[in-house]
Amino acid sequence: MAKITYIEHNGKSHTIDVENGLTVMEGAVQNDISGIDADCGGSMACATCHVYVKEDWFNKVPSKTEGEDDMLDQAYEPKKNSRLSCQLIVSDELNGLIVNLPEKQI
Amino acid sequence: MIKTDVVIIGAGPTGLFCAHQLGVIGLKCEIIDNLDKAGGQCIELYPDKPIYDIPAIPECTGEELTKNLLKQIKPFNFKIHVSQRVEKVSKEGINWKLTTSSKIEFLSPNIVIAGGVGSFEPRKFSVKECEKFENNSIFYSIKDKSIFNGKIVSIFGGGDSALDWAIELSKNSKVILVHRRDEFRGASSSVDKVKQLKKENKIELFTMYQLSKVSGDNNLESMEIKHDDGTTKSFKTDYLLGFFGLIMQLGPILDWGLNFDKKTIKVNTENFETNQKGIFAIGDICLYPGKLKLILSGFHEGALAARGCFKYARPDEKLRFEFTTTSKAIRERLGK
Repeated sequence: MAKITYIEHNGKSHTIDVENGLTVMEGAVQNDISGIDADCGGSMACATCHVYVKEDWFNKVPSKTEGEDDMLDQAYEPKKNSRLSCQLIVSDELNGLIVNLPEKQI
Repeated sequence: MIKTDVVIIGAGPTGLFCAHQLGVIGLKCEIIDNLDKAGGQCIELYPDKPIYDIPAIPECTGEELTKNLLKQIKPFNFKIHVSQRVEKVSKEGINWKLTTSSKIEFLSPNIVIAGGVGSFEPRKFSVKECEKFENNSIFYSIKDKSIFNGKIVSIFGGGDSALDWAIELSKNSKVILVHRRDEFRGASSSVDKVKQLKKENKIELFTMYQLSKVSGDNNLESMEIKHDDGTTKSFKTDYLLGFFGLIMQLGPILDWGLNFDKKTIKVNTENFETNQKGIFAIGDICLYPGKLKLILSGFHEGALAARGCFKYARPDEKLRFEFTTTSKAIRERLGK
């Protein structure tokens, strides 16, 4: 279990307990946090669960696998700390993770 | 005006198999898709990637799956209307009237929405002022490349479209290629070619940059790009081309009075009809308790929706359940 904080683009913050094994995307979708669409359902086939990982967390989250950067090319305003939240699997190590949501997903 | 028993919106695997099931029970249908070919997400998102969970097919690619589905419905000669989106749906007596973006009209008692997560549209530049120049100096696809002759063309993106057009247009235009990172996802031969052209000063290449500003009166005059480290550069440019891939957008479908839950439409699990009589939803776009977004679930939903269409298309007939293996009528429909 990890406490994950999702900060919407308008500044609204949600801190949620997400079970280990779920993804950061699923934590948002299951708790109706707006700002993450996840159109493809988590198969790394779109870029609509795009988040910005808080700088000091960026090197602590599981690293990108092949293909994630290709999808991020198609995200709305990707930055250096961009990730697809469907690729971030929750574990105790992620307790306290903060992600910022982009202005929009599409 | 095209009259038919069923209009299927979406030529992905679910829509194609639903068409097959309609053909089997003796109904006619017309299929509409916004992409320029059949296949939906399978073709657009993962044509070369293997799929392992189609029953009795241990492994196939999105392209192979699409090819086989097209082969399976070939005997019925159903028409697929590509490169157009259904813009308007209205009730006319017992029928639904549909109008596409190419102004083709359909009249049918049934609509099957197999629209996935929406129609594919190009992702656009996020800089707001770009809207003003769209279809004038800023494009997301190319119809007539001759307009770029002798002009300065700035191309954004890192995939095959961006690379291929950079190479092609560098023959007759000054090309500036901009990508947000150092690696390109396009074919390595194209990447090598672009690097070669850069050495020969035929292409200007900027990586780790994204568009930050555009300006001009009626036509685009200049742009500013911003490096990851915050520094900016400005250039004169006549055209901007953005190749950021396609995104899925629901579009006008949201205005048809359907029972939406976020981006999905609530259906019953008996025949996948929506809250509107004669409008069915199958595949990724439908929602019911236990819904799985798998291709195989879409096949099941399509088979049942096809039977649901029968009662509106043939109100005076009774649908008899038959197997393809033993029914003479079905074998005749299949041309066997």
